[in-house]
Amino acid sequence: GSAELPLEVRNSTTKRMNLFQAINDALSIALTEDENVLVFGEDVAFGGVFRCTMKLAENFGRDRVFNTPLTEQGIMGFGIGLAAEGMRPVAEIQFADYVYPAFDQLVNEAAKYRYRDGSCGRSAGGLTVRMPCGGVGHGALYHSQSPESLFTHIPGLRVIMPRSPLQAKGLLLSAIRSNDPCVFMEPKILYRAAVEQVPLGPYTLPLSKAEILKQGKDLTIISYGQPLYICNSAIQKAEQDLGISIELIDLRTVYPWDKETVFKSVQKTGRCMVVHEAMVNAGIGAEVAAAIQEHPGTFIRLEAPVARVAGWSIPTPLLYEKFNFPDVANVVADIKNLTINEP
Amino acid sequence: MGLCLDTLFPSKTPNCNNFFQGYQPRAASFLPRGAPNFAFRAGTRAASSISQRPGSSHVSFPGAVKSAFTSDLNFALSANSPALPTYRVVDQDGNVVDQSFKPDLGDEEVVKLYRTMLTISIMDIIMFDAQRQGRLSFYMVSAGEEAISVGSASVLDEGDVVFCQYREQGVFAQRGFTLNDFMNQLFANKKDPGKGRNMPVHYGSRELNIHTISSPLATQIPHAAGAAYGLKIQRMNDPSLPPRVVVVYFGEGAASEGDFHAALNIAATRSCPVVFICRNNGYAISTPTLEQYRGDGIASRGIGYGIDTVRVDGNDIWAVREVTKKAREMALEDGGRPILVEAMSYRVSHHSTSDDSFAYRARVEVEDWRRRDNPIGRLRKYMEAKGLWDESKEKEARESIRRDVLKAFSEAEREKKPPIRAMFEDVYEELTPDLKAQMRELRDHLEKYPEEYDLSEFEGGIRFTHPPFLNSS
Repeated sequence: GSAELPLEVRNSTTKRMNLFQAINDALSIALTEDENVLVFGEDVAFGGVFRCTMKLAENFGRDRVFNTPLTEQGIMGFGIGLAAEGMRPVAEIQFADYVYPAFDQLVNEAAKYRYRDGSCGRSAGGLTVRMPCGGVGHGALYHSQSPESLFTHIPGLRVIMPRSPLQAKGLLLSAIRSNDPCVFMEPKILYRAAVEQVPLGPYTLPLSKAEILKQGKDLTIISYGQPLYICNSAIQKAEQDLGISIELIDLRTVYPWDKETVFKSVQKTGRCMVVHEAMVNAGIGAEVAAAIQEHPGTFIRLEAPVARVAGWSIPTPLLYEKFNFPDVANVVADIKNLTINEP
Repeated sequence: MGLCLDTLFPSKTPNCNNFFQGYQPRAASFLPRGAPNFAFRAGTRAASSISQRPGSSHVSFPGAVKSAFTSDLNFALSANSPALPTYRVVDQDGNVVDQSFKPDLGDEEVVKLYRTMLTISIMDIIMFDAQRQGRLSFYMVSAGEEAISVGSASVLDEGDVVFCQYREQGVFAQRGFTLNDFMNQLFANKKDPGKGRNMPVHYGSRELNIHTISSPLATQIPHAAGAAYGLKIQRMNDPSLPPRVVVVYFGEGAASEGDFHAALNIAATRSCPVVFICRNNGYAISTPTLEQYRGDGIASRGIGYGIDTVRVDGNDIWAVREVTKKAREMALEDGGRPILVEAMSYRVSHHSTSDDSFAYRARVEVEDWRRRDNPIGRLRKYMEAKGLWDESKEKEARESIRRDVLKAFSEAEREKKPPIRAMFEDVYEELTPDLKAQMRELRDHLEKYPEEYDLSEFEGGIRFTHPPFLNSS
């Protein structure tokens, strides 16, 4: 990530931040640099249930940072109306698990606004929707979901998931400045757990651009968000045990996604695996795997089937989370399956 | 201690031990819904503290601070509440019944309003028939509701922002949408701002500040609340801007959607300058209002949201104008607030060209409404009583409007369709690599199978991926 940043940002003062602090920092910058930015949702005024909006109401006023009634479809519709009149709303859905009441507004309205308005030129492009997502160890059915693949089936939306504080800040600022409606999904397990040095000034990271986190030549692992840490650990172990080298790619934007970087990598390695927390059925892995086998230049380079390491096709049950989401052992096992040719 | 990020950011976190061992992340601050963690120091308190004084005559629970205690157990009976009255200025015979009413329009302007309503109704009849002849795919008329749309739009400012449902062609016409504009959209030709993407009757106009209509019902109601909040903030940021309101139209059926509830509540809590105008025409396709709700229409709900509300006779253009004028004023008072207007009318027509309404209501009932009371007839009676109108003027007006409609009709019908490229554009601000590839794929396919597709009516034909269309948007 940092290699993409301009020199003056890389050399600027940094501060140790966790993911929620980096989000807060990005929101604070966005509110400072554009008077059309508004931040709202359920319980954001006191700082948010995950502390992402801390001090923003005090610093920017309750007209710009405010609580809404408890209605996701209302939050989304309200945000679309604001965006359609030239504002830059940043709406929060308290948990990604509760975005479904707003689904109609996202699918039929936010995503299609520019298309149907045609040469009238209005759109919901100013809208960014933030939502905490993913497993947290004990979130069960309604505090664990990763519904990103549902949004990737909707032309018109950009769907983004950061993996770290530095990345979250740069991608969130890009999403807020983007003229397309963005769904910004924050892995909530990383809010406090992921900590790193983050440049204090404003900077952006590109949307729809994957990042190669580690070069390798025998296998490509494609993932995004929290499982990248699992992949990273698994790669260390597998490389040590098997004497192979593995390439790790962070998609960052899961739609529209960066096919070129993925294809190039798989053409080099000939083997690949997609890792995500969400259910395997019709997940991001399905789309990535299909695109890889569909591309003639990549298909002929494949030496093994494309593997998917993902959640089982079940709701997220409380007790069984450790058997459901991919862990290091799952990834290592699949690396072995893909790379060791047994008779 | 946080997750180790050294391999992902080697330059930033130099000291890191084994990542594999380090993978024991603490759970993030995690709060079940509805149970905020007050262990956090609250940065801002939304409301000052509320407590119950001893011997108080009123409830001081935070949820209802002005409620008096009572020792009588009485349910508020819905049936005992009188129905909210319906405001009218002019009765069915064209007589003025509100003695305080003073017309604010000159004779010529009254005639103009009448002609606008008549234009809409004549266009409706012609286009309904044109659909029946297969010359366009779909149509919806607004018969019986012309006074609601034309009347309310006639007292708005040009800068006021409008959201419609789909039965408000009168709003478009009153704000300056021409017959050509209507026809270009209906025939989805290359002059249609929607670039041929939307079904007929889904009009929109940037210049007239009317957002493009979409089919999903009631979705525009929270949009209007948000847009109104946006106008309010824009004026706070730049006080030189003129005060503006948002007006949103919807039917009584759409008011059953969750978006109606969300919008009114959020508009009230955020004090948005928005006027909600409900067209209560008695039917949502085949569903009569008795199966839509059991309360006193839509108006009675406004009060529950803390929204000042009025019910008006939607067949009386003067009453609609008076009510909308006042609603607009009130919406701009005290920094802004929402107002609800319920305009009563009767859907004289079929729901759409895909509907035969005599399958669910008696023809005689419809004919009765058409004859006994309709907004155009009522204004005509008013004008005739004042000597502004007569049979020969009526005949002349109908004939010239009909000619104008047919002229715009045939011009629009002859126009080319937009370039095929338009199907891929405006999904995103820029064409994505995927969409560029899909556009080329379609072009290659059409080149390979030219006999299967007629491209002659599309601007530029097969050359839609090439200049000059390559850079046009």
